[in-house]
Amino acid sequence: MARTEGKVAQQANALLDWVDDRLPVKSFWDDHLAKYYAPKNFNFWYYMGSLALLVLVMQILTGIFLTMHYKPTAEEAFASVEYIMRDVDWGWLIRYMHSTGASFFFIVVYLHMFRALLYGSYRKPRELLWVFGMLIYLLLMAEAFMGYVLPWGQMSYWGAQVIINLFGAIPAIGEPLVEWIRGDYFISDATLNRFFALHVIALPVALLGLVVLHLTALHETGSNNPDGIEIKKLKDENGVPLDGIPFHPYYTVKDIFGCAMFLLVFAFVIFFWPEAGGLFLEHDNFVPADPLVTPEHIKPVWYFTPYYAILKAVPDKLMGVVLMGVSVMILFLLPWLDRSPVKSIRYKGAWFKILLALFTVAFIRLGMLGMAEGTVAQTWETRWWTFVYFAFFICLFFFSKNGKTKPVPERVTH
Amino acid sequence: MTIRIETPSAPRFGTLLRSALATAALLVSLQAFAAGGAGALPQSGANVHDIASLQRGAQLYVNYCLGCHSAEFMRYSRLATDLGLSEEMVMRNLAFGDGKIGDPMSIAMDSDDAARWFGKAPPDLSVIGRSRGADWLNAYMLSFYRDESGVWNNTVLENAAMPHVLWRLQGIQEPVYETHTDGGMEVRTVAHLELSEPGLMSPEEYEDAMRDLTAFLIYLGEPAQLQRKHVGVWVMLFLAFFALLAYLLKAEYWRDVH
Repeated sequence: MARTEGKVAQQANALLDWVDDRLPVKSFWDDHLAKYYAPKNFNFWYYMGSLALLVLVMQILTGIFLTMHYKPTAEEAFASVEYIMRDVDWGWLIRYMHSTGASFFFIVVYLHMFRALLYGSYRKPRELLWVFGMLIYLLLMAEAFMGYVLPWGQMSYWGAQVIINLFGAIPAIGEPLVEWIRGDYFISDATLNRFFALHVIALPVALLGLVVLHLTALHETGSNNPDGIEIKKLKDENGVPLDGIPFHPYYTVKDIFGCAMFLLVFAFVIFFWPEAGGLFLEHDNFVPADPLVTPEHIKPVWYFTPYYAILKAVPDKLMGVVLMGVSVMILFLLPWLDRSPVKSIRYKGAWFKILLALFTVAFIRLGMLGMAEGTVAQTWETRWWTFVYFAFFICLFFFSKNGKTKPVPERVTH
Repeated sequence: MTIRIETPSAPRFGTLLRSALATAALLVSLQAFAAGGAGALPQSGANVHDIASLQRGAQLYVNYCLGCHSAEFMRYSRLATDLGLSEEMVMRNLAFGDGKIGDPMSIAMDSDDAARWFGKAPPDLSVIGRSRGADWLNAYMLSFYRDESGVWNNTVLENAAMPHVLWRLQGIQEPVYETHTDGGMEVRTVAHLELSEPGLMSPEEYEDAMRDLTAFLIYLGEPAQLQRKHVGVWVMLFLAFFALLAYLLKAEYWRDVH
């Protein structure tokens, strides 16, 4: 018995060697997992990367099954979604995983980006890592927007109408551009069809490519950590960072725990609160799209509302669109706006803590105001928080260079 | 250089819990914010898990609504399974004519004809429970009245195109007006409704019946919700167990990280 087992193991090894001579399996495994050293002091915020990957995989898998039953035509789209919800075996589960997954993708990504703000993860030498991450975020917004059009409810239709019309504000080429995007003189079957194509093929492929770039850049520089110090500076005699531990098995098992905790929250929403009271699935989107009836209150889904609020805060359409665009694009510049000699919030002075707190409140409050009806008082409040939002970046640039800092330790703390 | 500080070998549950709670609180407040604006309606009290109530609601729907309002996405066979009825009972009591058990709850009226006859085709009610919600639907069905000119109106949806189909059950309500001045203009609004002619049901019986109908519409909006919550409990239990195992595995591996 033992002899046969030994023989099987031998044959397995031989097969692995055969493959490895032709495909770099072992070195890939070592470079990215078994001998990829990550700082040992990761905290809660460092779960978000692996969780984003989990949600991405889940969205692709559930998306594949949804496309098997969904019909991308103006005539049948709404009914086909209800068909999935009622007649397809476990269709409701697949659909809720996908719709809840979209919102959780943004929750996880926002926390992931906030982590970078906390610990200066975008700072040198990780500028490209941040830029790739931002590109992923932009594509994710496009992906989510087009996905939201597919159920062809009232909010799908009128949300698309509002967002696509924003391009009309561009001087000279605005109108032809809008027509080119829609593929028709109004939002129609043609629009739905192309959005479906982009949502299920073009954008996911681009997203996956960017994720590969994001991870490649990460593994080149190595992870930052809550202390914002480079663990590669201090290595032992074997060249292993003193504060580093192999990603596998330490962080693989830790991330399994993170995934389990995430799935608990995720499953709770799917099974007991899938509409999230109208936040994840809007009530008006259960009314089939009707080009002749404009809903009373058109608003995008929660993850877009901070920017939507900025758009609404400006009376002039073109200026609103420009300011909204700048509010997203300015995030690209963070690595160069933050000039502090230290990375982590732990060693930055009170100036940074106050700035970041104000920015966080501004972002959340703008998100809430973006879904509100827009009374006069709300418009003025939106303008105030828009000011705070932009002031953050300007103050960061000017205060960070000479802002107070504390001494940074040589080794990671906790 | 020689200082070694212990990394906590376990993720701090306190931090995790605090973050989860903060996120939940934020979501709830966001949702309350999103829902704000609409005038508060009384709670319907409809219970979608009360199968007997759903059965009575289904009967009301078939007898009084299905003449004009299809439920195109719902099949009779699904009704039978979910409401604990035999196919034969459904076919005899709920389905019309020579339909088949797998048929959707459609209507004979053509929607173009309906639009010509009524001005607006009566909408399909398959997912009305999800767009309007239980409280609105319930309040709507209780709020029909006949104005001075003898025309049906509704305090929840002013100038509703639908006449009071259930007036024989509820009786006839008439409005009691109140006037107040708004910006120098005298405005007359409906203060409350009074039953001027009793119907076949007492007000309490009618309210119960409307609760049944509301429960049925909520069920109709998402038939899977009965199954969903049932499955959900097991999924949560499994995940809790899995999370515990994952935690123990992690703690075991991390024992040698200092």
